[in-house]
Amino acid sequence: MARAVSPRRKFLTTLAAWSVALIIFFPVLWMILTSFKTEVSAVASPPQLFTADWTLENYAEVWARSDYPRFFWNSVVISVGSTLLGLVIAIPSAWAMAFVPGKRTKDLLMWMLSTKMMPAVAVMIPLYLIFLWTGLIDTKIGLVIALMLMNLPIIIWMLYTYFKEIPGEILEAARMDGASLWNEILYVLTPMAIPGIASTMLLNIILAWNEAFWTIVLTTTKAAPLSAFIASFSAPQGLFYAKLSAASAMAIMPILILGWFSQKQLVRGLTFGAVK
Amino acid sequence: MTVSIRALLGACAVGAICTAAAAETTITVATVNNGDMVRMQGLMDDFYAKHPDIKVEWVTLEENVLRQNVTTDIATGGGQYDVITIGTYEVPIWGKQGWLESLNDMPADFDVDDLLPPIRGGLTVDGNLYASPFYGESSFVNYRKDLAEKAGITIPDAPTWDDIKAAAAAMTDQANGIYGICLRGKAGWGENMAFLTTMANSYGARWFDENWVPQFDQPEWKAVMTDYVEMLTKYGPPGASNNGYNENLTLSLQGKCAMRMDATVSAGALTDPKQSEFADKVGFALAPDAGLGKRANWLWAWSLAIPASSDAKDAAKTFINWATNKDYIALVASKEGWGAAPPGTRTSLYSNPDYAALPFAKMTIDSINAADPTNPTVKPVPYTGVQFVAIPEFAGLATSVGEIFSAALAGQKSVDDALAEAQALALDEMTASGYIK
Repeated sequence: MARAVSPRRKFLTTLAAWSVALIIFFPVLWMILTSFKTEVSAVASPPQLFTADWTLENYAEVWARSDYPRFFWNSVVISVGSTLLGLVIAIPSAWAMAFVPGKRTKDLLMWMLSTKMMPAVAVMIPLYLIFLWTGLIDTKIGLVIALMLMNLPIIIWMLYTYFKEIPGEILEAARMDGASLWNEILYVLTPMAIPGIASTMLLNIILAWNEAFWTIVLTTTKAAPLSAFIASFSAPQGLFYAKLSAASAMAIMPILILGWFSQKQLVRGLTFGAVK
Repeated sequence: MTVSIRALLGACAVGAICTAAAAETTITVATVNNGDMVRMQGLMDDFYAKHPDIKVEWVTLEENVLRQNVTTDIATGGGQYDVITIGTYEVPIWGKQGWLESLNDMPADFDVDDLLPPIRGGLTVDGNLYASPFYGESSFVNYRKDLAEKAGITIPDAPTWDDIKAAAAAMTDQANGIYGICLRGKAGWGENMAFLTTMANSYGARWFDENWVPQFDQPEWKAVMTDYVEMLTKYGPPGASNNGYNENLTLSLQGKCAMRMDATVSAGALTDPKQSEFADKVGFALAPDAGLGKRANWLWAWSLAIPASSDAKDAAKTFINWATNKDYIALVASKEGWGAAPPGTRTSLYSNPDYAALPFAKMTIDSINAADPTNPTVKPVPYTGVQFVAIPEFAGLATSVGEIFSAALAGQKSVDDALAEAQALALDEMTASGYIK
């Protein structure tokens, strides 16, 4: 039976939740407001949340100076491509770990996760050389592979967690009915895990979209995504905060909208298995 | 028959197009985002009209990211970039490493002898010019003439540090948000250490003696740090240890810095009424000295160079010749006025009466000419570079020392402790790097 919550407690909890949300969202809000200020207003001292001289000039200038659609398209290809490729590899891997675990499965899972703890810069030169020798520098396929490898541990871990929730007896029943391994994964396991696969996919698209180390190191002109687009508006000398904010807002807006519309799936994905 | 002729003509046309496309060379130019570079990208129609066979693709990156990417690419022989934008610090180091293509064979119209001698000297290694300057700068003092007048003082064109300290004290009006002096306090080899190294040069201090032994334990550095911390603590803006170039420029544009010492390239913004309401009240003076024969002004140039790994060196040279030629400066002037011309690279610019009439032109050229990268200090040193030491270890070491000095400015440690810590750190680094046997 659900416990009654007093209006006062509800009010306080809501207030606390909104306060935390506002604190977390404040940098993004500041960035969006700055993108509509003039460069001089953007660096006013003391800082001002609002200004009298709102302008769209920063967006116009950023649009005129850069080929935004090309950067945007590269981001879409790289983030969606790396996620789909990751799923193709991760679904069979997670199936094996969840339903036919070996003695070292747990160790393997931990080892995969440990690769995420290594600073990216540690492998910069070897990976750069490999990409150079294989002709993958500044190619979308190269970045798809790099980001897929980077996010694969997370994809496998998330799918493993979902698959563990699916009763093994259902798969056994399918096998008894003569399903091959491929049919078992494709027609029995995958449909049951679609909510989990969808949230894994969404989270990894967001991670790949926001990646700003390899996407800048391994690209120059052809495959550079929106992270490189943002970096091009930081200046060593002169005022640039307003234009940088406009570029950042243009870069995050598509993924913010995607996240907004899919937040139910995302929250489910992030909290799955938290309460048992 | 007709069909055959049409097919033949079509094949010829396709062939011609293919041949034309094959003849086109694409070069990738890596650059930083600043006003002059952005302006150049807007003037590319002129380049394409003159060189339709060369296509230019731009990679614009944040300064430190650019350094990292270009270093990685050159060190691995990647060949991703054909023209790179690099500073005066990198050129002698990369030139010596054999990472850059010599520009000694530029065409006659490049007019290498027109380059300002100090800038050219900073980009030359063993007689080889390894980069062509796109714009150059020194540092100078800018101040609000109205506040100086109100305080009843005159700032000489060539002030001493005593003049600067007295002027800062006289013009400070903290109750009204006016700060007597703004100097770089943010940690970084290109931020507070650029300024402090030039201040040290003028005080008779140096980073290393002739045997590469660090000199932070010497009385000259004590005097530098004591005066620096005292000036900014008494007359500087709050939070001075977080202020770099952009922050102090902003304060100056808002009229809150009565006086500031920084890059000459900021003169354009300071005298632009669109950016500053004090544009008609700004005065300029040379960087100060302490009567020892060296002024506290630096020398820097953003320059264009060709990585040795480029496979389109000829096209890259054609582009560099266009972008750093006298004709390009004239092109900018014809489109946007002389005030927008890239400064600090060519003698001819400063002999042009239209440019010389600008309020900051004379002070800029005097400041650049006062800097000598091959003889930057009062006492002898084994290195070149005015606001840096042209060795690969400097960037990391100076950033660490900059953090220590920034902490001293923030009051987190004493000047003595900061200097002792910097000395120990530099001694370790120079020993580990093999400079001290």
